[in-house]
Amino acid sequence: MSTITEPETNDSGSPLDTEVPEKARKHALGDRIFSGLSFTAGITIMVALAGVFVFLFIEGYPGLSVDERFYRPKTDFWSYVGPLVFGTTYAAIIALVLAVPFAIGIALFISHYAPRRLAGPLGYVIDLLAAIPSVVFGLWGGRALADQMKPFLIWLEDTLGFLPFFGGPASVTGRTLLTAGVVLAIMILPIITAISREIFLQTPRLHEEAALALGATRWEMIRMAVFPYARSGMVSATMLGLGRALGETMAVAMVLSASPIVTLNIISSENPATIASNIASNYKEASPDRQAVLIATGLILFAFTFAVNFLARYVAGRSERRMAR
Amino acid sequence: MAKSIEISDLDIYYGDFLAVQGVNMSIKARSVTAFIGPSGCGKSTVLRSLNRMHEVIPGARVEGKIAIAGQSLYDSAVDPVSVRRMIGMVFQRPNPFPTMSIYENVLAGNRLNSKKMKKSEADDIVERSLKGANLWNEVKDRLTKPGMGLSGGQQQRLCIARAIAVEPQVLLMDEPCSALDPISTSAIEDLIHELKSDYTIVIVTHNMQQAARVSDETGFFNLKAAGQPGHLVEFNSTQKMFANPDNEATEAYISGRFG
Ligand SMILES: Nc1ncnc2c1ncn2[C@@H]1O[C@H](COP(=O)(O)OP(=O)(O)OP(=O)(O)O)[C@@H](O)[C@H]1O
Ligand SMILES: [Mg+2]
Repeated sequence: MSTITEPETNDSGSPLDTEVPEKARKHALGDRIFSGLSFTAGITIMVALAGVFVFLFIEGYPGLSVDERFYRPKTDFWSYVGPLVFGTTYAAIIALVLAVPFAIGIALFISHYAPRRLAGPLGYVIDLLAAIPSVVFGLWGGRALADQMKPFLIWLEDTLGFLPFFGGPASVTGRTLLTAGVVLAIMILPIITAISREIFLQTPRLHEEAALALGATRWEMIRMAVFPYARSGMVSATMLGLGRALGETMAVAMVLSASPIVTLNIISSENPATIASNIASNYKEASPDRQAVLIATGLILFAFTFAVNFLARYVAGRSERRMAR
Repeated sequence: MAKSIEISDLDIYYGDFLAVQGVNMSIKARSVTAFIGPSGCGKSTVLRSLNRMHEVIPGARVEGKIAIAGQSLYDSAVDPVSVRRMIGMVFQRPNPFPTMSIYENVLAGNRLNSKKMKKSEADDIVERSLKGANLWNEVKDRLTKPGMGLSGGQQQRLCIARAIAVEPQVLLMDEPCSALDPISTSAIEDLIHELKSDYTIVIVTHNMQQAARVSDETGFFNLKAAGQPGHLVEFNSTQKMFANPDNEATEAYISGRFG
């Protein structure tokens, strides 16, 4: 270092000013390899995404305008896909409404309430739920859960029948949109729980102690320090759950007996299908034209999922930007 | 509203680790008491046991007795939450709530106590507390801006305002100036002087001059030996501590001939 101030006295043979850049070049090489790798990874994802879109577009575009009979029981694409979009959204919303409070509650319990001996195994069990294949959930939902739901559906019709959601008549098979929603909720629970828990655990100790030192109870501390810190993470977790619920195929296909209608009623035997389950149940037997129609509905699902994600991020980001100003 | 604190035979543990042993002292109401001593001797630990913040660390516990105005803090009938509402705390690093505005930060403690507060009442509390913390003039035009947007020294004073907004009986400060420049430090020292007339203040500091400047009484903590628990070596009026301490170790530490 000191030689920099008196370069003339440096007689080591290799002047300092060539040594430093050499080192820097080595660093730069590492930097360049790494940034190249991460850039490639990023681009690959974009390309894959674009590839999926192009595929859906090319294969699905003809499906927008094929002969009427391929849209049976409807006559054109938009009236065909409409109930499916509705069913998809509705099932996903039911799943979210059921799963999010549970997931947040479980995550909080693991991160802030449970003694450490209990928290570990509980988190592990929840993670295991995520590893169960969706066919298994479908089998369970269609056979076991649907049966169990029957008395509950009747109870809902009797006590809450004045609400449009529970208008009835209660399905005798139990294979309703509500049942599908419950199965979806269980499926998306682990991912929402796992992500929320990680974020709750990262809440700065400093802010938790600030709240506690003011005399906050544990729940007040969570509201003052944990939730504000975790908000955008909770939105991300919910979005991932929503993404899975929107795209879930087998579990819904195996639970629902679908009909092409739009209704708020979630306990009757007449239920709108979801896009993904509709594709799964019809694709195998379909003629090429019919397949094109199904792929076109896939394109709609793709665009719809995208739009929902952007919207949610925008909403979540807006409140943060307002605070940052 | 200021109250005195009586500490007797206090042992403080982190799990099985005895961090501080056998502390006895009585802290006078309406005075500033400083804790000094080398790093790791347990000053923060003792301070945090005074408002039961110690026990939020898993496995941490306290033995012995701490009484505030005669009321035992660690009585099984006493709710730690109510203790913390009565005893304010300012931390070493400023910790305003990042998503709250300056205004809401000041009121954070009051909102816990009473959910419904009239706007005028809330405004009064905010103004009084920020004035009390010498911050009002700097922030009065941007009360709705986030508290994190302030400088470090301003943030620390905001935290002080937040602590005094609930009018606690005791104010604990753990190295409140260690992250601050001399100007902010002197602002906070002035503030401590002013607050002394209303509050009982306990402050931890590594700065001897600061202890000499702000405190009425000083406690010197030390480790008996490496790996041994910390203990209170000497507790005396600040004047005596800095001029003519009873204990040699105190003298060595204060005059910088330590270790
Ligand atoms: N969360 C904790 N878990 C376990 N041990 C701890 C914890 N916090 C502190 N200790 C131990 O307790 C002893 C006293 O620590 P304390 O933080 O009270 O020291 P201090 O006097 O405040 O030091 P400093 O001047 O560096 O802040 C130390 O031996 C420390 O390692
Ligand atoms: Mg400390």
